[in-house]
Amino acid sequence: MNNFQLLEYAAWALSGLLGLWLLFDLLKTDRSYSEEFLTSSTEGDIDDVFVVDPTHQGGHK
Amino acid sequence: MSQTTAVHGEKISLLRVLGPSHIWALGVGIVLVGEYMGWNFAVGKGGAIAALIACWVAGILYTCVAMIDSEVTSTVAAAGGQYAQAKHIVGPLMAFNVGLYLVFAYTMLEAANAITLGYLVQFVGGMAGFEGVHDKPFIVLTIVFLAWLNYRGVFATLTFNLVITAVAFVSILILFFSMSFQGDSLLKHADLLNGLPYGWLGVLAAMHFGMWYYLGIEGTTQAAEEVRSPARALPLGTMTGIITLLIAATMTWYVSTGVMPWEYLGQAVTPLFDAARLTDSMVLMVLLFIGTIFSTMASANGCINDASRAWFSMGRDRYLPSWFGAVHPKYRTPYRSIVFLVPVALIFALGVPLDQVITFSILSGLLEYTFMALNVLMFRKKWPLDMIKRGYIHPFHPLPAIVLLILCTAIYFAVFLGYGTQLAAMMAFYIVASLWFAFHRYKYVRRGAQFTMPWPKPRGY
Repeated sequence: MNNFQLLEYAAWALSGLLGLWLLFDLLKTDRSYSEEFLTSSTEGDIDDVFVVDPTHQGGHK
Repeated sequence: MSQTTAVHGEKISLLRVLGPSHIWALGVGIVLVGEYMGWNFAVGKGGAIAALIACWVAGILYTCVAMIDSEVTSTVAAAGGQYAQAKHIVGPLMAFNVGLYLVFAYTMLEAANAITLGYLVQFVGGMAGFEGVHDKPFIVLTIVFLAWLNYRGVFATLTFNLVITAVAFVSILILFFSMSFQGDSLLKHADLLNGLPYGWLGVLAAMHFGMWYYLGIEGTTQAAEEVRSPARALPLGTMTGIITLLIAATMTWYVSTGVMPWEYLGQAVTPLFDAARLTDSMVLMVLLFIGTIFSTMASANGCINDASRAWFSMGRDRYLPSWFGAVHPKYRTPYRSIVFLVPVALIFALGVPLDQVITFSILSGLLEYTFMALNVLMFRKKWPLDMIKRGYIHPFHPLPAIVLLILCTAIYFAVFLGYGTQLAAMMAFYIVASLWFAFHRYKYVRRGAQFTMPWPKPRGY
């Protein structure tokens, strides 16, 4: 086995870990919250559309 | 800046954290890989001069796209971009089709980028003397890692894109200036340019790959619901993006055609990296190799962002199962759509040849641009300037829409010349999908609730 093959195995392993993490978190999130809440997003905060640089909104400090 | 986990009462939404620089990074990030590879197939179709004509004509096409997109998106500021525009301005069937164009264009482009990145790593392994090297582990890692990044939050994702896109763009600038202002210039345009070897038909055929210089800049609109100030940031990010690309495309053509004969350039895999190799400068070679890798990653990253937003928006309106319309309470991303599209991208990346993937991506994009021209004509007619306030008003209306329609028609013909079967297959797919939507899915769509814009009734209704 050469160094490049080790790199290939590392890539497979990392891909597997990240993929499993995605699935695990997805399932955990789905079980922790109601479906109604998770899908409660509505299209665009329309009132914000014409406000230039609304620094008081949406998590921007 | 950290992303909050705040939830507004009983509701949840995507997070508004992005600025104009992120919009620039999203648009240019998706596209810049087209400067590093792909555009040069236009040289093979019609020669270097034909590629330059294609570069500038496609530049006009995409300037029209950027202008039109900036006006409509600054008014219809919603995730889903052109899908949301179609829904509000044209109607549900058009919206469904546009949503599919977006998802397919971006997912296939993501797959193409992953294939390219895998190839590059394999190439380096081969150059380093290793035998039996494979590209598949790196294709899979690229897709899964970038999906993971997208899943974890839009701010980190697009800040990452901003850094790697800026590095890739600056690499082109450095290559251009170092080659243009050398005492004994390497550039031999007088010797290498040979007019139009296939005449004007070659120019038309070159248009197909001329789109590569800019394909995807319209993706900036997908961030509409996550940007702090859509009316300002979207037009600013999109217009500076297209200016960046016009500069990068012309520099790329100038440098590459000055050092490589058109017979080689027309089939090169990594033309900018090859140009750097011809300088014999190790610094430039390393820089352009990094630029190639970064541009490929930035493109795949932006594509995941955009495809997932389009898929999410369609789920939210029940054009697709509403399960896809969920937002992650902690990361505030469309997490189910991101995860769902991972295997789709993997199937394309591992099972479909690169040129087919690219052609289907281009065709979906072309259908989208045709829609955009018709869309803005309807938008101005139904809601004239005095009826709705716009964040940006594009000049010379309806000239950009007419120019866009004419150029799209010419490129359909160019694609037909080289990929007629794929064009017919793509059209057949969208017709079947439309029938499925009209006769089966439409009954589930949120009829009234999907129209969220506080607009007056359109003129004439």
